[in-house]
Amino acid sequence: MMRLLTIVYLRIRSLLRRSAVDDELAAELRDHVERQVAHDVAAGRDPVEARRAALATIGGLTQATEECRDMRGLHVLESILQDVRYAARQFRRAPLFAVTAIVLLMLGMWASISIFTFVNAALIQPLPYAQPSRLTAVFGRTAQFPRSNLSYLDYLDLKKQNEVFESFSAIQGGGAALTTAEGTERITAPRVTDDFFRTLGVVPMLGRDFSAGEDRPGAPATIILSYSAWITRFAGAADVLGRRMVLNGEPHVIVGVLPATFQFAPVEPAEVWRTLRGTNGCDRSRGCHNLTAIARLRAGISVDAAAAGLGVLARQLEQQFPETNRDQGIVVMPMTTALLANTEPLLATLLAGAALLLLIAAVNVASLLLVRSVGRRREFSVRTALGASATRVARQFVTEGLLLVIVATPLALVAVHFTTGALTSLMPPTALARFWYLQHARPSATVYLFACGVALGAALLFTALPLSQLPIRRSVQTADGGRGASGLAWRRLGSRLVAVELILATILLVGAGLLAKSLYRMLSADIGMQPERLALVQVTLPAAKYANPEQVAAFARQAIERSAALPGVQSAAVSSMVPLLGGNTVWIRIGGRPDNGEHNEVHYRQVSAGYLSTLGARLIRGRSFDEHDDASAPGVVIVNQALVRVYFPGEDPIGGRLFYARQLFSASPTSKPMDIIGIVDDVKESPLDRETPPTIYTAFAQDPTTGFAVIARAARNERALLPLLSAEIRRMDAGVVAYGARTMSDVIDQAPAAYTRRAAAWLAGGFAFAAWLLAVVGLYGVVAFSVGQRTREIGVRMALGAGRASVLGLVLSEAGWLAGLGTVLGLTVSIGAAMLMRGLLFEVQPWDLATLVWVACVLSASAMVASYFPARRAASVNPTEALRAE
Amino acid sequence: MTKPTGLVQGTLDLLILKILALEPMHGWAVGQRIRQMSGDVLQVGQSALYPSLHKLEQNGWIASEWAASENNRKAKYYRLTRAGRRVLDREAAQWERLAGAITHIVRT
Repeated sequence: MMRLLTIVYLRIRSLLRRSAVDDELAAELRDHVERQVAHDVAAGRDPVEARRAALATIGGLTQATEECRDMRGLHVLESILQDVRYAARQFRRAPLFAVTAIVLLMLGMWASISIFTFVNAALIQPLPYAQPSRLTAVFGRTAQFPRSNLSYLDYLDLKKQNEVFESFSAIQGGGAALTTAEGTERITAPRVTDDFFRTLGVVPMLGRDFSAGEDRPGAPATIILSYSAWITRFAGAADVLGRRMVLNGEPHVIVGVLPATFQFAPVEPAEVWRTLRGTNGCDRSRGCHNLTAIARLRAGISVDAAAAGLGVLARQLEQQFPETNRDQGIVVMPMTTALLANTEPLLATLLAGAALLLLIAAVNVASLLLVRSVGRRREFSVRTALGASATRVARQFVTEGLLLVIVATPLALVAVHFTTGALTSLMPPTALARFWYLQHARPSATVYLFACGVALGAALLFTALPLSQLPIRRSVQTADGGRGASGLAWRRLGSRLVAVELILATILLVGAGLLAKSLYRMLSADIGMQPERLALVQVTLPAAKYANPEQVAAFARQAIERSAALPGVQSAAVSSMVPLLGGNTVWIRIGGRPDNGEHNEVHYRQVSAGYLSTLGARLIRGRSFDEHDDASAPGVVIVNQALVRVYFPGEDPIGGRLFYARQLFSASPTSKPMDIIGIVDDVKESPLDRETPPTIYTAFAQDPTTGFAVIARAARNERALLPLLSAEIRRMDAGVVAYGARTMSDVIDQAPAAYTRRAAAWLAGGFAFAAWLLAVVGLYGVVAFSVGQRTREIGVRMALGAGRASVLGLVLSEAGWLAGLGTVLGLTVSIGAAMLMRGLLFEVQPWDLATLVWVACVLSASAMVASYFPARRAASVNPTEALRAE
Repeated sequence: MTKPTGLVQGTLDLLILKILALEPMHGWAVGQRIRQMSGDVLQVGQSALYPSLHKLEQNGWIASEWAASENNRKAKYYRLTRAGRRVLDREAAQWERLAGAITHIVRT
């Protein structure tokens, strides 16, 4: 042990206090010489001669010193330091090159590390729950809806009877009207079962969790605050427990506050968490599916085993309750899959794009290094002639490449630190709530690890490339400066590199083009209505005050009249749901057909008479609702084309009858019949990139609901209408909550499908632009370099009679060949890459001809421009000067 | 002053260790002592001696310190460490075995 410490101490001392150690050695050797002289003189030798003999050993002294140094075992380290200092001097002498290389590297690394930060936050970092891999999401499944909610009664039965979960909870997203001193506003307030947070393994940081039984009807009204609500509404007061908030007219006691890191994506931004306390009709009806369930697996049970177990239970429920549970299966999936499924392809694509950009940047820097190495071949030949070993010369290359990487990496990381925050602040709040994990996206240990990996890869590339081409043994012969075979070898490598860059740039350009086209197609797709100049506001009527459907219908009627009377409004209507945001479903039975008990689940909206005309939807046949279709008239319903296609293929549905029961969701024959009076062309009532489902529209006057949206079409400026609409509603009744005022264009823009596509298109476009720039500059560099190397050859040609045009043609054709090869190969590979990206494309084929042609044209044109300038320079070479120049 | 051959280089380490086992001394004295004890057969020059001394020191088998010598000049004195003593015993036994075998063959 002591020996080890001694050895280490000596080595460190040799490294750090080198001059002192050297002086010591010199002193020791001088001392030796003096003693030898003294000894010889004492033995009788002539002093002068003794001294001379001693001095003759000085040569041995030098060698002894060198050997002593070798023995110190740090030769390698010292020579590495020497290499580094030399490389740094080289870069200082050519600052433009060094800065360019470092900036390019930084760009590529910044892009890839930034994207990876988000990928890490989304896909790799675990969810903020205890042991998230044991958490699952449980959904219902029918033929029409592969992922649907569960009903409360089904949930209770499954919870009681299952043997696969150690904890099983449910949640219903939604809002509540919060009454404060300033008025009534709507806040997001999901309802959960009493063990919801226990299932997730989350403990409130203040106060307590809900206790068992606190979600039963009649239990005291308690709530748990989210951390942000505690800060914004109560200023983080320590005595918040026991205070009350009035939700939907009922005081709720605050019993706890959640930790700051807690999120549950599907219901964010939730401010307040309530318990179920199943009080409304839906909770009491087995056929009304309003809950999303989560569960924690028992030890040793896999997701598949749980799905199988629950499947058996579902079939039992089917037999017990055939009216409501027929054909209803259960789906169990890992919670991460449920939360992130939509974003995986997007993030993967973006990561691939960033990786390609990094590769292009690295290849560009590698070719820059290559060009520089060619210019320094004479220097390397001299060094080899002076005795430098091949490894030593090669190590010089390696050191320079590594130095660039070592400088660029920390700079890139710093840039990532700053831009991550900026990027997240660019996202609109609705998207941020949906992609909640991105809020906490921050460089972490994994990200740094990735950065190191990237740096290592870049370093490897920079070392492998020049080393593979370095004709070390032949370097003496090539001291003439580059004519001949090895010059050609360098040029070939340069061309290959540029070809690679062109291929990569093509891939990115094609990808960006396809994404942009998808976005355009989606946004200009026919959504079945005219979304411009539409303003809307959502309204919730307090159930206590508007218990009678007649009151609700009257309020809606008045809202329409007063909204239509506002200045600048052409027409107004109400609808139970905002268009494009999905909606409720109901079971119907078609009159005159045998009832086999199957469930025909369709989307369903309650709309006023002017809804279709206000929206600008097209009525294909029949008529729309009018003022006669009220509570006293026979029931009427309008269906959409999709429903006709599914349930009335080849028939005319007008005049037929539908049955449904909204309250109980049973299709028993005693439910109210409705006459089909019209067919409307499909209106996109659900996310933009999905097919329109079969939908029925009932008359609001006959079938009112306390939560609806008021929609108004403006003559000119719909945004100015928004505050007017909200104010009008509040003037009618101050206890009514008016919220979510926005225009229809806002709804479309912020729809997740549109938002993710737009972000993807922009990012891919940015990458593609950078890649295109790099590839074109790379091409210019290679052509210019090639021309420079061939000055003499061009001189010879011109002296032999070649005209300017022919020289121009020579250079351009070579450049064109290179660009063409790169582009064609790139297009081929792009098609393959686009196939991988299929999931993100909307109505665009991976081999979309227009995009491919456009990319090919852009690349060819820019390649021609890039090579024109060096070509022109070549053509204007003076033959005599070229022949003289070396 | 002859530079020893490769075989003797490793053996030089052994000789130095043995010399220093007797008493600590500085580099020149070690060279003199080897010459004396071998009856002028082995003459070690400083180009071989000092690299060996430094190697042995780097391996932790001998330790050095600067001290005043007999004529009050400062010299670098070397002494054997505990680990060095173990190595000396081992190498000496090895040498005995080796030399014995070679002598045996050469003599037949």
